[in-house]
Amino acid sequence: MQNWFPENVSTFGADIDEIFWFIFRITVVWFFITEGLILSFAIKYRRREGQRATYVKGNNRRQLAWILMLGLIVLLLDLWIDIRGAQVWGKIKGQMPSSDLQVQITAKQFNWEIVYPGPDGKLGTGDDLQLENELHVPVGKIVRIVLQSKDVIHSLFLPNLRLKQDAVPGREIHAWFEATKPGKYEMPCAELCGFGHSGMNGWLIVATPEDYEKWAKEHWSAEK
Amino acid sequence: MNEVASKEAHHEEPGFWHTYLFSTDHKTIAKQYLSLGLFWAIVGGFTVYLIRWQLAYPETKVPGWGFIAPDFYNVLVTMHGTIMVFFVAMPILLGAFGNFLIPLMIGAQDMAFPRLNMLSVWVFALASLILLLSFFVPGGAASAGWTGYPPLSAKVEYTGVNWGLNLWLLAHALEFVSFLMSGINFLTTAMNLRAPGMSFFRLPLIVWMQLTAAVLFMLSVGPLIGGAIMLLMDRIAGTTFYLPEGGGEPLLWQHLFWFFGHPEVYVVLLPALGIVLEIMPVFSRKPIFGYYPIVYSTIAAGILSFVVWAHHQFISGMDPRLAMPFSITTIIISVPFALIVFAMIATLWGGSISFSTAMLFALGTLATFLIGGLTGIFNGSAPVDIYIHDTYFVVSHFHYTLVPVTFFAGFAGLYFWFPKIFGRMMWETLGKVHFWFTFIFFNAAFIPMFFLGTRGMMRRIANPTQYEFLKPFQPINEWITVAVILLLLSQIPFVINFLWSMVRGRVAERNPWQANTLEWSAASPPPHGNFETVPTVYRNPYEYGLPEVAEDWLPQDRPFTPPAGVRQSES
Repeated sequence: MQNWFPENVSTFGADIDEIFWFIFRITVVWFFITEGLILSFAIKYRRREGQRATYVKGNNRRQLAWILMLGLIVLLLDLWIDIRGAQVWGKIKGQMPSSDLQVQITAKQFNWEIVYPGPDGKLGTGDDLQLENELHVPVGKIVRIVLQSKDVIHSLFLPNLRLKQDAVPGREIHAWFEATKPGKYEMPCAELCGFGHSGMNGWLIVATPEDYEKWAKEHWSAEK
Repeated sequence: MNEVASKEAHHEEPGFWHTYLFSTDHKTIAKQYLSLGLFWAIVGGFTVYLIRWQLAYPETKVPGWGFIAPDFYNVLVTMHGTIMVFFVAMPILLGAFGNFLIPLMIGAQDMAFPRLNMLSVWVFALASLILLLSFFVPGGAASAGWTGYPPLSAKVEYTGVNWGLNLWLLAHALEFVSFLMSGINFLTTAMNLRAPGMSFFRLPLIVWMQLTAAVLFMLSVGPLIGGAIMLLMDRIAGTTFYLPEGGGEPLLWQHLFWFFGHPEVYVVLLPALGIVLEIMPVFSRKPIFGYYPIVYSTIAAGILSFVVWAHHQFISGMDPRLAMPFSITTIIISVPFALIVFAMIATLWGGSISFSTAMLFALGTLATFLIGGLTGIFNGSAPVDIYIHDTYFVVSHFHYTLVPVTFFAGFAGLYFWFPKIFGRMMWETLGKVHFWFTFIFFNAAFIPMFFLGTRGMMRRIANPTQYEFLKPFQPINEWITVAVILLLLSQIPFVINFLWSMVRGRVAERNPWQANTLEWSAASPPPHGNFETVPTVYRNPYEYGLPEVAEDWLPQDRPFTPPAGVRQSES
């Protein structure tokens, strides 16, 4: 069942998958209990000549206890799912960890404009570098994304990182991740953004520290 | 009590126009809503065919149509959603069943405001006409998604759609006006025109469901009407309510839209559950289990539905601290619905169940809606939503709620009340063929979509083969398309059965299912004015299999004195 998801390469991806499977186990049990009851009652209590139905109205406490008890279990499981969900949500969306690298991604119809801060580590200075649809990051470093949009709402989706964040014009939204495995991963847009929405795509290139250094040198040595 | 209605109801010999077109009779109006809803279902079904062909065989000619350009694909997904929610589900579940059943079930001669009722269906017809026209204006129909998120929807240059989207907004506004008028009518009628003895807790559950739906709609639609006017102003008058360059806020629309949009889900869900709740006791020959808990659960779910809307916006850029409260309310709303589902299952327990087509569709509604409900918990969990938001997991989830609700329950209701609506019986064998094919191909099509969703396939993309990570799963897209086309073809038996039975079906008696509620005491079909004499109600609507009665049913309006010494069970 592991192949239900694309390979996870972020530090928090496993937490999200785990909540998914946690909910999956609970709902699958309920699915089989309820569908099983419907099916078995439908077969067991099918109409037979000369046999009348049991006259039960479910209007006293003793009978209602059957469904109320089940309802209470549902409530407790709901709260359990909420509590575990809140922990993971807090880990990802709560206090943002301090980042090793900041990258600005600006969405526009139908591209990701990606701005790197350069050697000074600051965005908005002379040594910034802009690339289209290519996000280069080193493995094992915390990357902070500063997400903006120039026109309509887009959504930055990195399936392998289990990261998705809408880019809203007029806002600067921060997101973060730490990639755990070098490789090339796709980075599509997940929010309908116009006629070019299908095919609006980019690449996340997670490099080993050495490869990342090499890439950085190639791109900034020309200026220095 | 019925004076207002009776004055309206007793026209002398209405002519053709007044009988079929400009009728104030709630039953004719129900049929008009039904016809419009079924017409739109065919249009909506055709959009499905085009969408699915494009997804399975991108950039190839759709047989019988031609190539689909990316911007037209966006039109298709937009109009598919709009049509199915607002122009199929609403007119069939509320317009048709609500209008037909409420007066009959409470023992009234007509709605409280028959002329307002006629106005509401004609406003809906006008909305339908405008939506249809929007396909043919220069620039084409709306293509910003059925949710119409600005800024995409707020400026012509972003989509290239000009009047198509304006007309789309206008059609919505008129549709809302129409259902507001219906809602006022439903509530006023149920409050004032109940037959003697019909207390609130003797109302059939579908009436409770329709009334709760009417209240939810009336309370939630206001903000969206305001929001839609602001969007229209942004488009035609140069305002910037949603455009950040002029100080506007795109997220404002999302809050207004979903403040309405989520209660709207229950506006269509509740009447559908009502249909299932009416059919189950009749074909189980048992009282519904837990009438009161069902009523209270319905009201509780209705109230909760107003505080869950932001679960559509976990990753929209709103404050992440807002997510958990909405996540909690969303997941907790499963409790009242779980109680209703358990009550339905308990109704089957110990029953004497016969599998008419109506009962099969009712059980099918329950069996498939369960999947919709359970998968909602995944979406409702904020951290899981980060990943599955805007993927086919969500697409499959909401089809597992809306298809059971609109089609399974809608068909259940049509097969069940057809004899009352048209005075003739439908052909059961063909109905069962229709059910099994629909049930099998629906699940065959939508179960694999959950998997595409967990693999990350995004909504509203016209061509999955443009993405390396989705290419390996293209065979699944082809499988889904084949299943969906078979699902569409499975509706042919219904169309044949429906039209044939209307003219040639066996003439129906008053009460072919031996059911208890008041509509079955009227003639089939009921004449103008419904009842020969105003019925008197003696008990609650689900007295099946009462031990002290010889038959296994006891209609609400039949007097019954238990033999001396036997205590009548409380009602």
